[in-house]
Amino acid sequence: MNDNSVNTARRRFLTGVTAGVGAVGAAGAAVPFVASMSPSERARAAGAPVEVDISRLGPGQILKVEWRGKAVFVVNRTPQMLASLAEVEAKVADPESAESLQPDYARNRERSLRPEVMVVVGVCTHLGCAPLEKFQTGPQSGVEPDWRGGFYCPCHGSKFDLAGRVYKGVPAPTNMEVPPYRFVDENRILIGVHHGAEVA
Amino acid sequence: MRRTLALAALCIAGAALTAAPARASGTGGAELDAVHIDLGDRAALQRGAKLFINYCLSCHSASYMRYNRLGRDLGISDELIKKNLLFAGSQAGDLMVTTMPAEDSEKWFGVAPPDLSLTGRSRGAEWLYTYLRSFYIDDGAPSGWNNKLFENVAMPHVLYELQGVQRPVLGAEEEVMEGRLVTVEKIESFELVRPGKLTPAEYDRAVSDLTHYMVYMAEPAQLRRYTVGFWVVVFLLLLLAPAWLLKKEYWKDVR
Amino acid sequence: MMARRLLHWIDERFPLSKVWNEHMAQYYAPKNFNLWYFFGSLGLLVLVLQIVTGIFLTMHYKPDSALAFASVEYIMRDVPWGWLMRYMHSTGASLFFVVVYLHMFRALLYGSYRAPRELLWILGMVIFIALMAEAFMGYLLPWGNMSYWGAQVIISLFGAIPWIGEGLAEWIRGDFVVSDATLNRFFAFHVIALPLALCFLVYLHIVALHKVGSNNPDGIEIKENKGADGRPVDGIPFHPYYTVKDIVGALVFLIIFCIIVFFVPDMGGWFLERANFEPANPLQTPPDIVPLWYFTPYYSILRAFTYPFLGVEAKLWGVIFMGLSILAPFFLPWLDRSPVKSMRYRGWMSKWALGAFVVAFVVLGYMGTKNPGNTDLFWFQNVRWAQIGTVFYFAYFVLMPFYSKWDKTRPPPERVR
Repeated sequence: MNDNSVNTARRRFLTGVTAGVGAVGAAGAAVPFVASMSPSERARAAGAPVEVDISRLGPGQILKVEWRGKAVFVVNRTPQMLASLAEVEAKVADPESAESLQPDYARNRERSLRPEVMVVVGVCTHLGCAPLEKFQTGPQSGVEPDWRGGFYCPCHGSKFDLAGRVYKGVPAPTNMEVPPYRFVDENRILIGVHHGAEVA
Repeated sequence: MRRTLALAALCIAGAALTAAPARASGTGGAELDAVHIDLGDRAALQRGAKLFINYCLSCHSASYMRYNRLGRDLGISDELIKKNLLFAGSQAGDLMVTTMPAEDSEKWFGVAPPDLSLTGRSRGAEWLYTYLRSFYIDDGAPSGWNNKLFENVAMPHVLYELQGVQRPVLGAEEEVMEGRLVTVEKIESFELVRPGKLTPAEYDRAVSDLTHYMVYMAEPAQLRRYTVGFWVVVFLLLLLAPAWLLKKEYWKDVR
Repeated sequence: MMARRLLHWIDERFPLSKVWNEHMAQYYAPKNFNLWYFFGSLGLLVLVLQIVTGIFLTMHYKPDSALAFASVEYIMRDVPWGWLMRYMHSTGASLFFVVVYLHMFRALLYGSYRAPRELLWILGMVIFIALMAEAFMGYLLPWGNMSYWGAQVIISLFGAIPWIGEGLAEWIRGDFVVSDATLNRFFAFHVIALPLALCFLVYLHIVALHKVGSNNPDGIEIKENKGADGRPVDGIPFHPYYTVKDIVGALVFLIIFCIIVFFVPDMGGWFLERANFEPANPLQTPPDIVPLWYFTPYYSILRAFTYPFLGVEAKLWGVIFMGLSILAPFFLPWLDRSPVKSMRYRGWMSKWALGAFVVAFVVLGYMGTKNPGNTDLFWFQNVRWAQIGTVFYFAYFVLMPFYSKWDKTRPPPERVR
């Protein structure tokens, strides 16, 4: 019977409160649904850190291990191979790895913890192909006449040096990614755990 | 007012349904011993987990359960798990799978030992507690053991070194079978003929711990479910207040 | 201002305001709805909940007899919040039937199936049958032992049909027993075919409702009493009045829903059965095969027939009458001869008939969960109770043309109370 005395302010206030709290509830209800799409315990277990024994990896040899479904290259670089890094400095697009993905402890010219041991994710940063190792130098490599050794992606011809740094003028935009890793001892690397972090 | 009452009635009906006795669980009407399960008792869960890994996991798997889940829920670090629980070469995130090949166990026991991940749910706590306390020595059985709750079970009494060896005490019981009164021999109680490492009270507690663990393992989400649920319901009640006032405010127009 | 222009822009291309007004802001619903009128909107809410949780479960579930059971446990343990999705879905399934049964009871109570709402009622019944199919097929998916044997038993029912039965059952299963083929096709029906059909049917149900308008506890037509402005005097716009009211109903429902989901998801075996936490085992039948509670009234009718009759075996009679028990409500609009719709103005005969029907339905439901040979209620064996219940169930429909006509009614009021 009080049609004339409609309390508009109260209605507006209550509508606002109900809608506001309701929106919070809806957002809260969305959390489990959104979260359910992130990697499951199974995926996490499959993506657990991988231990690599490098005691039998001779100089100039490469070892490929799987970590989270991707190949990780571990290379025992010879002094000549390390020397090549300085020689190609002018040819690579991001020599300081400023634009590339790597842990801070691998943001150096060798892009590694220990200069001779290279650890990179073996995935081309262009479209995700697997680059081939081309350690042979010169025309024999089949890459280019004055090739200093590195990686070559067969999909679209991207070239990387022996630290995974991308050459100028190729489709790949950045250097090959360096995964988190640490040395457990002299001969064992744990891929997937950051250097200096607690062992999980 | 009537509406509010009706709403309340609906809630009560819901509660009554909840309180209604659990449905037949296929125990064949056997009497089960009561056991109180408190999943908040972390120490019991940890002791139960240890028993489970030491005694059950050698033949049975719990292949839906991960070691690191156990660790996280029961407060055991991955490092400790790796050191103490895992077989060489396995990872903390691995499933709790027995090392015994299924073909071997089938050859030895006649049946492959069932996966125990969900037994706490499919059989229930009381069944497990009773079962593990009902083994007795039986020369007629292939393994030398029998069980009052699960007659002619293929599984031997794995915990006998803890409990010791018990022998059934038989008693004659009259019952009606097809209209006739007959006398049947039934196991009335057990008698400990050789004591084990634990006293009967300690053994009961050990079995209760193991039951705790298996109930937890059947649904690890239980540890979280109640807490989340409490806050969700509190929130909904909070939201109900302005919604109710809003409804009342608008319905002032209606007469 | 911006919003108004945007709305104008849309309205020129899509009848947004028109639809909103026709179905919400200027849809006039009787002002005397009571508790029973919450269950329509709640049904819609549960449908949405089931679809959303179902989508997320489908992301992790594997419809393969070798993987299905493990994938459900994977959801329960490894998928973040997977247990919540699963419990919401399983609880939602049971509460869907709670809501739908109460919604249907409301129609019986206030004569909502009567002219001009016959088609609305029939569409509702079709939704009910689609929902039963949806629930039955969904129950196979966890591939637990009860899933397996439940499906085995129910599909075998088709085998009772003379001549074509065995072939039909094999065709439904796609195998000689329930198997991977059955699981895979039930998955297809459960996640796409039936949900699509349900959504479309619900749409038709609402369209039909808004054409004829809602009934109300007094069972009188508010459209027959319009004011000078052409609006029903006893009607109020659905929005805002029933939107704010239904929000309260939805919240109360959600509180009950969440209490079950978080605190008693298996409801002591009524919503999730113990035997279903063991993987399907074609060599071992669970001690008691019972469907979930929402099917048990019909299951009881199926088992109530224990004697051959007229040269037809008992099993077939059971199947026939179970089918009839589901079909009988379709004919209600034409069985009811009462001059009034609402139970409020009917006499003792209709009231007792409805009461007896409800009791019979509950007794049938209870007996459907029990072993027929046992005696769980007083006096009789369970199967005898089921037979009594079946008689009362059908008497409600068969005798309705008589008692509804002979019953003394009071004239309903001109205006709603």
